[in-house]
Formats: sequence, C-alpha cells, structure tokens
Amino acid sequence: MTKQIHLAAHFPGVNNTTVWSDPASGSQIDFDSFRHLATTAERGKFDFFFLAEGLRLREAKGRIHDLDVVGRPESLTVLSALAAVTTHLGLAATVNSTFNEPYEVARRLATLDHLSGGRAAWNVVTSFDAFTGENFRRGGFLAEADRYTRAREFLETARELWDSWAPDAVAADPDQGLFLRPGGVSPFRHRDRHFDISGLFNVPRGPQGHPVIIQAGDSDEGREFAASSADVIFSRHSKLEDGRAFYRDVKRRLAAYGRRPEDLKILPAVTYVLGDTEAEAAERAAEIRRAQVSPQTAIYFLEAVWGRDLSGYDPDGPLPDVEPNLDEGVSKGHAAFRGDRGELVAKWRALAEEKNLSIRELAIEVSTPQTFIGTPRAVADEIDHFVQTDAADGFIFVPHLTPGGLDDLVDKVVPLLQEKGVFRADYTGPTLRDHLGLAPRTPNRIEENS
Amino acid sequence: MTLHLAVALDGAGWHPAAWRAEGAQPDRLFTPGYWAGLVAEAERGLLDFVTFEDAPGLQSSLLNEQDGRLDQVRGQLDAVLLASRVAPLTSRIGLVPTAGTTHTEPFHVAIGIASLDHVSRGRAGWRPQISGRPDHVAHFGRRPPFPPQDYWGDRDPVFREHLRDLFAEAADAVEVVRRLWDSWEDDAEIRDVATGRFIDRDKLHYIDFHGEWFSVKGPSITPRSPQGQPLVASLAHAALPYEFAARASDVVFVTPRDREDATAIVESVRAAEVAVGRTEPSLRIFADLVVFLDARDAAGRKARLDDLDGAELGSDAHIFTGTPEELAGLLLDWREAGLEGFRLRPGVLPHDLSAITRGLVPALQDAGVFRTAYDTADLRGRLGLARPASRYAKAS
Repeated sequence: MTKQIHLAAHFPGVNNTTVWSDPASGSQIDFDSFRHLATTAERGKFDFFFLAEGLRLREAKGRIHDLDVVGRPESLTVLSALAAVTTHLGLAATVNSTFNEPYEVARRLATLDHLSGGRAAWNVVTSFDAFTGENFRRGGFLAEADRYTRAREFLETARELWDSWAPDAVAADPDQGLFLRPGGVSPFRHRDRHFDISGLFNVPRGPQGHPVIIQAGDSDEGREFAASSADVIFSRHSKLEDGRAFYRDVKRRLAAYGRRPEDLKILPAVTYVLGDTEAEAAERAAEIRRAQVSPQTAIYFLEAVWGRDLSGYDPDGPLPDVEPNLDEGVSKGHAAFRGDRGELVAKWRALAEEKNLSIRELAIEVSTPQTFIGTPRAVADEIDHFVQTDAADGFIFVPHLTPGGLDDLVDKVVPLLQEKGVFRADYTGPTLRDHLGLAPRTPNRIEENS
Repeated sequence: MTLHLAVALDGAGWHPAAWRAEGAQPDRLFTPGYWAGLVAEAERGLLDFVTFEDAPGLQSSLLNEQDGRLDQVRGQLDAVLLASRVAPLTSRIGLVPTAGTTHTEPFHVAIGIASLDHVSRGRAGWRPQISGRPDHVAHFGRRPPFPPQDYWGDRDPVFREHLRDLFAEAADAVEVVRRLWDSWEDDAEIRDVATGRFIDRDKLHYIDFHGEWFSVKGPSITPRSPQGQPLVASLAHAALPYEFAARASDVVFVTPRDREDATAIVESVRAAEVAVGRTEPSLRIFADLVVFLDARDAAGRKARLDDLDGAELGSDAHIFTGTPEELAGLLLDWREAGLEGFRLRPGVLPHDLSAITRGLVPALQDAGVFRTAYDTADLRGRLGLARPASRYAKAS
C-alpha cells in the first residue's frame, strides 16, 4: 500500500506567522476560534490539533513584545473543552517539563485521555532560563545542559505513573464489593537525579495507555530523546533535501532502542498558500508575507540581529549604517537567534545593495517563505511527493489566519490527497494512536526496552 | 431574595458505598458522559453552580496514610479539565473545580481557571484547597516531610503551626492568582495597524509578587477573562480557614450541625471578616449538607449503605435524610441564621442529584425562594458580585 500521509493542525501562534491585521482575522482567545479550527481539522480527518505554550510573555528591549499576537489560554484546559465538540481528532498539548512536576502532568494528561476517549498527546518541551523561571516557585533552577536529562527523567517518571494502574484495575463490581481489583494499583517509587518521589498514582490508566508523545527539539540530544521516547517529531525541516537528511538521521537512531522506523512519525511544521493559478497563489503569498512583516516588525527583525535599538531608522529606507553590537541580545522568551550575526549582517548588506532593498523589503526577502504555494493540485502533489520520497511522514500545518486559516486546505487539498489514496477518507479507529498507526502502550513496554 | 443552591460532585456520591447503590454507574466514573449527564441535570435544576472535588493523591479513609481499601471508589480525574470538558455542553451553570495551593504552581492555576472562564464564557470558579496529608508530599518530592494531621486541627501544636503555614501560603497563592487575573487590563488588545501593535503594553502589568513561599513576576500569559475575577470559593471549618476565606474568597462553604450552630458560624465568619479588614462585598456564606432524599425511608437507604461499607457514615457536614420537602423546610429554617445558600453533597449519584433538581427545587420554587429561570449568564453576577475592573487599571 502507498505510504499514508499524516496531517495535523497548529493553532496560529504568538509569532509573526499569524497575521492579526487582516480583516478576516478573528479572536485569538475566544473558544469559538479554537472550535472552528479544530472542527475544520476534524472535517479534514486530520490526525491531531496542536496547541503551543510559552510560560512567559516575550520581551524585546526589556519590554513586552507588542508587535505579534500576545496571549493564549492554558493548552490542556482548552483541549479538554475541544474534546466535547469533536469525536476523533487527536488533541495535542505542549506542556513544559521544567516548571511542572510529573505527578501533576501525568494525571492531567491521563485525565485528557479519559475525557477524549483516547485522543491525548503531549508535546514535551523544556526551558532552562531564569526569565521563564521568574513565574515559578523554583526560579531558574536548571542548567541548560540538564534540560534534556530532566525531560527524559520526567517522561520516564510519567510513564511509570501511567503504568502503575493495570488496564483492568477498576473492577467496579458491586456483587463482589470490589471497586479496585486486588493488585490492580501498584505503588510507584522513582529516584534519579531530578526526581525522588513515591506513593500511589490517582488516575486510572487512560484508553491509550500512554498519551502520544511529541518532541520538537532539533539538537543531537533532542533527536536522541525523540528516538528513544517519542511517537511524533515536530520538525522544522520543511525543505525537501533537508527533510530527507533529517528523516534518515532520526529513523536510523531508532534501532538502538529496539524500535521500528514506523514507530516514530516525522511531521515538519509547514505553511501554505493556495490560488486558482500558480500566479495567483504566488501573489497571495507575497501579500501575506508583507502583512507578516509590518514596518515595525521589520525594524524588530533587524534589531534581533544587530543587537541594538534601531527604532530611529526608516523601515522604507536603507539598512542601518551602524555596526551590530554582537555582545547584546534584544529579545527574551523565544528561541534566541543563534549563529554568527556579524557574518549575517555582511550578507544582508550585500543582498540589499545588489537588489536595492529597503529594510522592510530585505526583512521580507530573507524571512522564510511559505512551504507550499500553488494550486490545490500542485500543493497536493508536492505534499505527496515529500512523503513518498521520505522527507516526512506528513505535516503539521500552521495557518496564518485565525479562525479560517485551514478552511481552503481542508476543502480543496485534502479531497485530492484522498483521491490519490494517500490520505484516509475517514477515521478507522477512535484513538490518536489508531490514526498514527502506533501500537497501544502496554504496561511492560519500558522494561522490555531497557 | 433567591436562595443560592450548589451541588458538590464527587465520584459516585458522598457515601463511600454509593458506587454499590441501586442506579449507581460505577463503571462510568472516568468517562466524560457520566459527568456531562450530572452537570446537565444540575443545570436543568437551575442550580447556581457545581463543584468538583480533587486532591493530589489517592482517596483514603485514613487521615495520614493510605488505607489499602478496594471496596471504595479510588481514582479521580483532574477537576479543572473535568469542568472544562462539560463547559461547551452547558450554557448557564457555574463550574467550580478544586485546585490545590500546596503542591501546585499558582501561575498554572491562574491560567487554567482563566482559560476555563474563557471556555465557559464567564462561568468559572476556583476552590483553592490546601493539602496537609503527609503521604501526598512524597508525590512531589519537593518539600520536607509534613507532620501527621490532627483531626481536630488545633490540638497538636506542631500540626497547628504547620497548618498556619499552609493557610498563609494558600492566601499568598490566591493573591498571586488574583493579581495574574488582573495583569491584563480588559482593553489591552488594540490591533493598531498604524503602529503595528497588537497590544497596548502599558495595559499589561508585572505583578511582582514576593512572598515567603514563592515569587511570581507576571504578567499572565492569558488575556483577562469574561468575569475578570472568576469566583473563588473555599471550604472552612474553624477560625483559621474562616480568616483565609475572609482574605481570599468570594464564597465560603461552612458545616453547621444545626440551626443554632449555623448562627454561631455565621457570627464567626463575620468576625473573621472584621479581623482581616475585609471590605465589601462580604463573603457569601453557604452551608454544606450531605443529603439522602426519598419520598419515604431515605434513612433506611442510607443505613443499608452504611452496612455495606461496614461503618456508619461520618462527615464534616450535617447528614440529612428525608424527603425533598423536609429538606426545603430545613434550608428555609437555617437560612434565617444568615446563610445565603447551600452546597448539597448528594449521598448517591445520580439518585440524590435528581431528587434535588426534581424534588427540592420545585419545593423551593413553590415557596417562592428559588429562581424559575436563569437570569444572569455569568457566575459572579448570579451571586450579586459585580465584574471588577483590573486593580492595575488607572482610574480615568
């Protein structure tokens, strides 16, 4: 059978991919926006709906960054409500492993799995910065080097908690007078570098056994963590060659953990623009990028590289003549710019000179273009080509508009993929593990692998 | 004035043998349909709100350790997520989950309850709860061992001191949560295309809380919710928790034994308000009662459950057995002690909940003391509480 594509949807996030200035842009917080996007994804038979998280508002130059969407709800709370208005769609929450404790996270995810009939997923993320820590009891307690050891141990601990209830632990048998089966709930005891906990867990095993585990880190350590423990990788490698290299690298790591290539699905985050013709799609894509890079965002974008205040410069004028301050960063609370900023400035100056670009034009020119741009047919073909040539197992679509940003994808592209026989015409099972073709987690799986 | 009526939902009901009763649904306790059905029934009865119990550990009949019992309900879903799961299926009833103050992060609680308020369009509340159990401490491994709890709360000096700390920490937790709820002014989102700004950052505020147990910078990551300040309701049995409630809560649940005791407790709560310098609005005082309701022989039904469990039901709250009409009479009598409402704990679900909505409520409506339709959509408004402006908003 032809390799089947997996599709997921990301709620438009707090970065400049999301266009808030469009008249069609709706509320980023009203439940109806979440409902619209989730039910659209379910209409398109998507595998899951994904919510990101950030536990402190981003800052630029010591003040709250105000140019992008700001503010979002707590992921699990909204997903639990979405479980009431959907029936099959997987529900993926991003939950931080640094500023949480395993007992609480394990029970919240097990709860979502029960309340959704087996549709819960957990995107395990880490932070280490004191900046985020200022909102929590422990502050910035974790060294950067330890963030993955904590994440790994956190996840292992959560799995022990989920496994501490046998699948048939709840007897609910009034005749015998047994609510719990003898031996159905085992005490847990976990002691390692980061955790020293024991006792009894208080949520029965969820329908999926364990929720689906998603991992997004891209470093060598992040890839190894995913190969050992994740069911899905949320990757950034959305270019064909790049995607194939990443795919090969990660899939090859699985054998060391006794896992098969199909046990870990690789889903790059992607964007898309459709048009009735290629030219129309390209034109719309350019319009959207212009809306994503407002004059103020263009200045901010350069400030992140220059490491200094550039607010005095005209976004429609030439690049700043001032030299970058390589010792300073201006932004906090999101993935920092890494790499040689001096080199980048030189490259950009050359590019701006060559093409006669203003600050804003340059910012648009060098920002990431949409992944898929074209007619529905062309986009469907490209998606299929990516997957069939092992650059991905599918995609996490990041729409640029709330709440209508998935509508045309679901209405125009999904039917073409279904026609090709590479994407489900309907759900074949009730759980997210069913959609992803993953085996249910049996309680002794960890012991087998260690 | 209308009487306020809430129902406390927990497992199969408040009797430990409730899951074995006729009509109980013990195999559905961890399914969404079970809870959706209960809350829909409560909404059909026009109740003010429902509460959801929760704790950071397995239920136990013993005060300080696990009891190993297999014959009672064990296991509990996260209450905030449970409340959120039923929110889109209801439209008027208030949803008040329990979330702890001892082992949790106030920041997470603040965004969870604010999100519940968004999802439910202004029907969220929060019941803050301390966790004094020594066996729960080991679930987190983050605090030194707790001393054993003393049933009376005030006889053992070591525990008394510890309890004082737990309540002081809880008061700080509520303060942090309330500040975070106010940390976005209502009109912070401006979407000003001319200046490229999504928000007016002068309307977002650091809360800069520094306390003995934690410091929290803020602002919240979640925009201000429909009610601004979701309802805070706490359970209290003694002077210390009365003072906590007077500082932190909008509603307090108390547990009088009888009418006379109700009078004394109301006096104590009002005295606590004075002691902590509380200003308006005053606490809404609800009395908790465990109820077994039947047209006849509710006491017999309860006694049979006692037999099954092997002990007579004990409770912090008064246990009522009788007809819905008799309960209506008792509520009207106790109300004269200065109570604004009652939180009823059904002995068996769904039986005693249905008896409340289909028996007690009509009796109270006939007496002209209970609403015949919902008037306000939001929970605060139902309790006569205005929507407060953010404490950080500059007076214009």
